[in-house]
Amino acid sequence: MRMIGCVSPPSGGTLSILGLDPRRDGATIRAHLGVVPQLDTLDFELTVRENVIIYGRYFGLSRKELRCRADELLEFVQLDERADSKVEPLSGGMRRRLTIARSLVNDPDLLLLDEPTTGLDPQARHLVWDRLFRLKRRGATLVLTTHYMDEAEQLCDRLVVMDKGRIVAEGSPRELIGRYSTREVVELRFRDEPSLDLSTRVNGLARRIEALPDRTLLYTDDGDATADRIHELGLHPQSVLVRRSTLEDVFLHLTGRTLVDE
Amino acid sequence: MTAIVVGRGALLFERNLMVYRRAWLMILSGFFEPLFYLFSMGIGLGHYVGKVPVAGAGLVSYGSFVAPALLASAAMNGATYESVNIFFKLKYAKTYDAMLSTPVGPTDIAAGEIAWTLFRGLLYAVGFLVVVAALGLVYSAWAVLALLAALLIGFAFAGLSVAGATFMRSWQDFEIFGLIQLPMFLFSSTFYPLSVYPQALQWVVRCTPLYNAIALMRTLMLGGVGWAQLVNVAYLAVMGLIGLAITRGRIGKLLLK
Repeated sequence: MRMIGCVSPPSGGTLSILGLDPRRDGATIRAHLGVVPQLDTLDFELTVRENVIIYGRYFGLSRKELRCRADELLEFVQLDERADSKVEPLSGGMRRRLTIARSLVNDPDLLLLDEPTTGLDPQARHLVWDRLFRLKRRGATLVLTTHYMDEAEQLCDRLVVMDKGRIVAEGSPRELIGRYSTREVVELRFRDEPSLDLSTRVNGLARRIEALPDRTLLYTDDGDATADRIHELGLHPQSVLVRRSTLEDVFLHLTGRTLVDE
Repeated sequence: MTAIVVGRGALLFERNLMVYRRAWLMILSGFFEPLFYLFSMGIGLGHYVGKVPVAGAGLVSYGSFVAPALLASAAMNGATYESVNIFFKLKYAKTYDAMLSTPVGPTDIAAGEIAWTLFRGLLYAVGFLVVVAALGLVYSAWAVLALLAALLIGFAFAGLSVAGATFMRSWQDFEIFGLIQLPMFLFSSTFYPLSVYPQALQWVVRCTPLYNAIALMRTLMLGGVGWAQLVNVAYLAVMGLIGLAITRGRIGKLLLK
């Protein structure tokens, strides 16, 4: 992400951003980018509106132009009522929205978002998603990293799954689900420890079975039919949940369930 | 190219102006500090000291003797205080990280911060000179150049202390600044002539940056400007340029990794 933002030198391979070489044209490229870094870098010595204005000044925009632009952007992220407040009292979600407003000040061709909603409460997340979706609809290109699969599913047309720094899969959310998972998943929970022969007994009921300590997952194309077969076999799980397959299933399947500490 | 660099450096200046528009009281403190010294030492203590002989100027009042040194020290202190702000912005506030994701580069940041420091120092110098002139403590027409000298001194110390700040790991490390600054302030012929030291020690003092700053300022305000002042000017200019070069490299290295 830092390499695309032209604040880290490329560590290997070739990198071309907007058709330009980041080693040579870093400043020119940055002039066309909007950046929402993982950790907010807001200016705590300035107010909300001033943050947007001075950031626009760094791009060489005129003060007069920026006064209107700042009001527009603050309204867009619903911070217009806090325009004259300092940054410090703002909540995490507000700061994130301000960072997004700030990143849009130069009308970027490419918007880089590094985990834009990490640590936000659900209301704040949905508001951010809504604003990002509107930007997308207006034709902006968003490049975003996230650990939230529902976020990727909501916002991305094309996504790559990275594992230990390598791309392990690539495609649209729907394609990836189709390729690496089934249409539906049946989750079974048993009151007692499931008997050892459970997996052999349910074998053949699903395309893939995953036995976890607390539940058993059956990947299948018709969840209801699979659930019926389980009852026919005389099994009585404490709960049966039929749900659609999600990107999270794809991600866990591809990168494993082991905890990764970076 | 140079025009662009200067232009972007000016954006940093603009940002600092926006900040201090509300916090102007903080700037005021740097204005009063040398004045307090002037009144307590130069005029209060000076009452008992009487006249001091200065080469090229004859006998001058103790207040006149101390005033140029205080101006030089104020220029030094102003630059050092600002470097503390820069350390904070670099390490904690992430102010520069935000700037670097725009077309602003590390050279702009280094130039902009040093320019701001100079501006602040210039404000103090103007204020101090006005008071000193009003008290009749200035003897030489060269004094009009004292403002330029204050800028040069500010540049020299800003370069060095900002460069130093980029090496600091924590606030504790800034104690080192105090440890260098205070003895330099007290012993660089600020409050008494160099001649009170034995010969060997005189040469040690002559090598300190503040001595060069004070020697330059004193001849400008009291008289006796000579070739030696070229050495003072060169010393300070080189010091500032080295500092600027180090700062530029360090900011790039710390932030563009």
